[in-house]
Amino acid sequence: MLEKVYSAQLPVGEDLVIYKNRIACENPVGRIAVVSGTHGDELEGQYVCYEMIRRLEEHPEYLRGTVDIYPQLNPLGIDMARRNVPKMEMDMNRIFPGSMDGTVMERAAASVVKDISGADVCIDVHASDMYVREIPQVRVSAEFAQKLLPFAKLLNADMIWLNATATVHESTLAHSMNMLGVPTLVMEMGLGLRITRIYGDQVVDGIFYLMREMGLWTGSVSPVREPVISSDGEVEFIRAEHAGIFLPNIAHRHYLHQGEKIGEIVDVLTGKVVQEIVAKKGGVVFTLREYPFVYEGSLIARILEQDTQA
Amino acid sequence: MYIEEIYRVEAPYREDMVVKGYRFGKGDKAACILGPMRGSEIQQLYICSQLVRVLKELEGNGCISAGKEIMVIPVVNNYAMNVGKRYWGVEDVDINRKFPGSSYGEAAARIAGGIFEAVKDYSYGIQLASFYMTGEFVPHVRMMETGYQNTSLANLFGLPYVAVRKPAPIDTRTLNYNWQDEMTAAFSLYTNKNTEIDEESASQAVAAVLRFLTRMGIIRYESHSGYISHVILEEDLSNIHVTCGGIFRSLVKTGADVRYGNKLAEVIDPYEGSVKETVYAPTDGIVFFQYTEPLIMQGEMAYRLIHRLHA
Ligand SMILES: [Zn+2]
Repeated sequence: MLEKVYSAQLPVGEDLVIYKNRIACENPVGRIAVVSGTHGDELEGQYVCYEMIRRLEEHPEYLRGTVDIYPQLNPLGIDMARRNVPKMEMDMNRIFPGSMDGTVMERAAASVVKDISGADVCIDVHASDMYVREIPQVRVSAEFAQKLLPFAKLLNADMIWLNATATVHESTLAHSMNMLGVPTLVMEMGLGLRITRIYGDQVVDGIFYLMREMGLWTGSVSPVREPVISSDGEVEFIRAEHAGIFLPNIAHRHYLHQGEKIGEIVDVLTGKVVQEIVAKKGGVVFTLREYPFVYEGSLIARILEQDTQA
Repeated sequence: MYIEEIYRVEAPYREDMVVKGYRFGKGDKAACILGPMRGSEIQQLYICSQLVRVLKELEGNGCISAGKEIMVIPVVNNYAMNVGKRYWGVEDVDINRKFPGSSYGEAAARIAGGIFEAVKDYSYGIQLASFYMTGEFVPHVRMMETGYQNTSLANLFGLPYVAVRKPAPIDTRTLNYNWQDEMTAAFSLYTNKNTEIDEESASQAVAAVLRFLTRMGIIRYESHSGYISHVILEEDLSNIHVTCGGIFRSLVKTGADVRYGNKLAEVIDPYEGSVKETVYAPTDGIVFFQYTEPLIMQGEMAYRLIHRLHA
């Protein structure tokens, strides 16, 4: 059943609407929320939401709970393929928990928080950005790790990244919901502006597995993989030391040996290589740059250090 | 005047972005004044450039106090300004959400880190800033309530209002917050405009900064005494939202003294031209902030009023 979580008139002949689709059985034993589209340049979650609903509609007889799916928290952003809320130029994932006395998007954020409140678990699906590609991973802040790890392990992710400071900012939806007692997990995967269907299927399998463990789903589920659990200390960030065009030598989601060449940054105008990038330690390349243009400091890759190939 | 390179960003398709600091006087790091981190802050750029002009003159006349140093950074984000964007670089990052920054992070964090390193040791930090919402303010000095804020110092600018804001999580990565964290007395100055230049409020801001520097004994300058500032807490402002979207017709200006029930604005139906909504003042007060765009969304904040201080 489609419900409007938030609606506001835009100036000229149109409403901004944040929808959710509620799929429920009679006498539900619990509630799960799946949200996406906070960042308009991230589309991987669109497939996850579609596939969730498709599978639920296909076998409603197995559903024992309520599934609330919110594909489009920032609908104008998705429409414009813009990360931020268009016109306001605000990152929606920096205004939570929002405020009913604030600006339009602060009120939207507050409405979303209110609507999700009371759920037994919430999955916030993100898709990196248009610059780097990510393996399916769950990001968990240290503060809530104890509570979230048991859920995170069921989600069929390649990796659980503990204390990932990049995404566990205080003004995120996940932080706000966790503060309100709704265990909320941030999934990151794929690449901005693209859909990587194998990742989407993998994550949907994980969500159904979690639902089964929680007693919300009695249908058959695929077994889930054992994720690598890592803390910030084991993650090596490789950044550009010069501006230019990055040309990769390696593939994403592969094991990289110590000393192996990751790629090079070249100066197009002079035809020179300005930086050769070599792995200092072996490990799995879980983040790899897709967008070729870099400044000094731009992220090239993140490697999860492992002495031997897992 | 000595021009110093504060930070340099190399870019393959453009000239390097060079953040320049203009230093006046020699000695204790007394005051630092910093301009636009967003490309939309044109008024702020103008104010800083005028400060550089005046300080250069004052220095020539021996009016910078002995043992005091002032630094002005007229602009940080000239890259965005030159291409008509608000934020920095292809990744569209707000530099004022990246403090204290770091020398090994992403590009914008490195810029913030480089700037912070150069400005953090000053006793007084003054940022010409803009708010995240588009609109006009009554000129004021804004401080973050960090526990270190000192509103009596803020009064020395002689602007009509000093606004104190309780920091939300979103504020902790701003320059102002991190300055105060490093024990710099930090002030953000807001005038009524951002993307266009308003000469009158720009000279008011220039005068306010010079007045502050004079009162702190950093420069010798004959300034008018300015206003006796009212200190207001942001949470005490009453926010007025519109209940319809449409064409916004404001009937009052910032600084206006309004009475309960006064008509403040109308929202016009964008198809039929009729008045869809009339916005009335819910209380006696002074218009501290007003939305200034011609189109408005339902639920948008149109005004923020300061309750009149009845005796
Ligand atoms: Zn995201």
